[in-house]
Amino acid sequence: MTLKTALASATILAACMFGSAHAADLTVGFSQIGSESGWRAAETTLTKQQAESRGIDLKFADAQQKQENQIKALRSFIAQGVDAILVAPVVATGWDDVLTEAKDAEIPVILLDRTVDSSEDLYMTAVTSDLVHEGNVAGKWLVDTVAGKPCNVVELQGTTGSSPAIDRKKGFEEALAGNDNLKIIRSQTGDFTRTKGKEVMESFLKAEDGGKNICALYAHNDDMAVGAIQAIKEAGLKPGTDILVVSIDAVPDIFQAMAAGEANATVELTPNMAGPAFDALAAFQKDGTLPPKWIQTESKLYTQADDPMKVYEEKKGLGY
Amino acid sequence: MNALKPHLIRLLPQFAVLIAVVALISLAFPDFLKLQIQNGRVYGSLIDVLNRGAPVALLAIGMTIVIATRGIDLSVGAVMAICGAVAAASITSGHSLVYTLALALSVGMLCGLWNGILVAVLDIQPIIATLVLMVAGRGIAQLITEGAILTFNDPGLIFIGSGSFLGLPMPVVIWLVFGIAVTLLVRRTALGMLVEALGINRRASTLSGVSTGVLLIAAYVLSGLCAAIAGIIAAADIRGADANNAGLWLELDAILAVVVGGNSLLGGRFSIAASLLGALIIQSINTGILLSGFPPEFNLIIKAAIIVLILVIQSPRIRDLATLFGRADSAEASVKQEAK
Repeated sequence: MTLKTALASATILAACMFGSAHAADLTVGFSQIGSESGWRAAETTLTKQQAESRGIDLKFADAQQKQENQIKALRSFIAQGVDAILVAPVVATGWDDVLTEAKDAEIPVILLDRTVDSSEDLYMTAVTSDLVHEGNVAGKWLVDTVAGKPCNVVELQGTTGSSPAIDRKKGFEEALAGNDNLKIIRSQTGDFTRTKGKEVMESFLKAEDGGKNICALYAHNDDMAVGAIQAIKEAGLKPGTDILVVSIDAVPDIFQAMAAGEANATVELTPNMAGPAFDALAAFQKDGTLPPKWIQTESKLYTQADDPMKVYEEKKGLGY
Repeated sequence: MNALKPHLIRLLPQFAVLIAVVALISLAFPDFLKLQIQNGRVYGSLIDVLNRGAPVALLAIGMTIVIATRGIDLSVGAVMAICGAVAAASITSGHSLVYTLALALSVGMLCGLWNGILVAVLDIQPIIATLVLMVAGRGIAQLITEGAILTFNDPGLIFIGSGSFLGLPMPVVIWLVFGIAVTLLVRRTALGMLVEALGINRRASTLSGVSTGVLLIAAYVLSGLCAAIAGIIAAADIRGADANNAGLWLELDAILAVVVGGNSLLGGRFSIAASLLGALIIQSINTGILLSGFPPEFNLIIKAAIIVLILVIQSPRIRDLATLFGRADSAEASVKQEAK
């Protein structure tokens, strides 16, 4: 009897000690949208990796693109009494009820890569990228690279009317404003796809004197840039040299193109949204510091100087 | 020449529209007609039209036959995605080019067989029967590529998408040869006439001894084969299989090409050449819009406006009006053609 008690108290003591040694044995629920794109697959992989490296017990729920599944997952997390909930909301509306339930249960909720239309006090913080800023970083790179020389830019837009297309266009134009040497001479949608990127680039090349008028290409995502690079090659020009190529997202394939000298720069839309979220959570657990309502992820610029092959190898396994 | 005359008269409206569209674009963009030799291949916007129009042209070949049987095939876009994914998966796992192509083409024909059996044997309405694969097909393709864009570097497969033969891009050669082959097959044999008979009245055809079931299945298998070729070309073009976007909405463009080609959705008489001209008209409009430099918000509206115009010109009422206004000679010709 005494032995048992001693053992039990020792176990409890050990548990307490280990608990404080680790960042605290947190249990976090993560409701992911589903597998809609390679980027999202990479986000899921990275969230799991981040949780593991911090000793967090991650409960993962795939919503298969349905909000009702996400709400169900959130309710089940609340019932299990997790320490925090991460959610990548599939749509912006309809979250008030379930977020209130989480708040009543005193479980902090962190939004990943998308926001919701609910009142700000219903969630702890939102970790997202700033789409306008991404376009801005790409534009600044181009301004710095051409360094005052006259340069005609063609733009491959994302799907007409989508928020990445609108914001990445806006940010790029803001960066170019005031630099009269840089002119956007053609801008057309490539629907975020390789096929359309290639087809539209072919028409740009024909329309601008076989491409001799074009000095740089700005694509709203890497896939369109990859398609356009093929079109430039088939027109007998050297992408990366004759026509500078800058795009956004930083998917693995663009690093292969950069290693081959065919693309110049890409701005990363990081799939590591969970890292900053876990950091904010750790700070909150430690001494109750509340993070700001919006944590902006870094929009990192990669160029040919950043050892693209190494980055490619790192990113390849993430499920892009 | 005299034997060809009725065929040429049949194609006259499509030729006229194509020339009008091309003339319109050249007015706005004079370099449109410019062709030059670069790296041993013909290079220019007209070649782009032929090249970019390849998937829709190929789909339109199969779609024409299916529509002539009074059917429709909505699944071709999804079948393109499946076959592109199969080709990419097979070549990246180390199989030979011949094996890869044979596999992808067989999968396409298998998809067609599935549609054909639903329509011919189970008697499900074609629009519903092929809708099944249209919805499920993209999911199957995503399963094969595991949701990512499956890229490959096999020079043989890439050649199909961006190589050239006799100075023409391979996709152009493929759809021209395939179009001529299918036309000869249906017109030099009784097949074409049997398909038309089946489309006009299936029961009457069956009663007169045509094996309509087999013929109907064959039409959908042909459509699947066309979609497979188009899918391989689309994947080879971008050196990767994009299950989400390959062939997306192309089934509608293919149906449009058949309709712009003056074929009736009610089945019966058909012309593959007219559908191919229809595909070229659609692609000329697409390429023209891209060259025009309008903001992308206008793309779809411009395309729709031109297509409405073309369809209005082709409508029977407007034709009657045109006949009233002193085109008696051409009316006579068409009456003669009807009489034949």
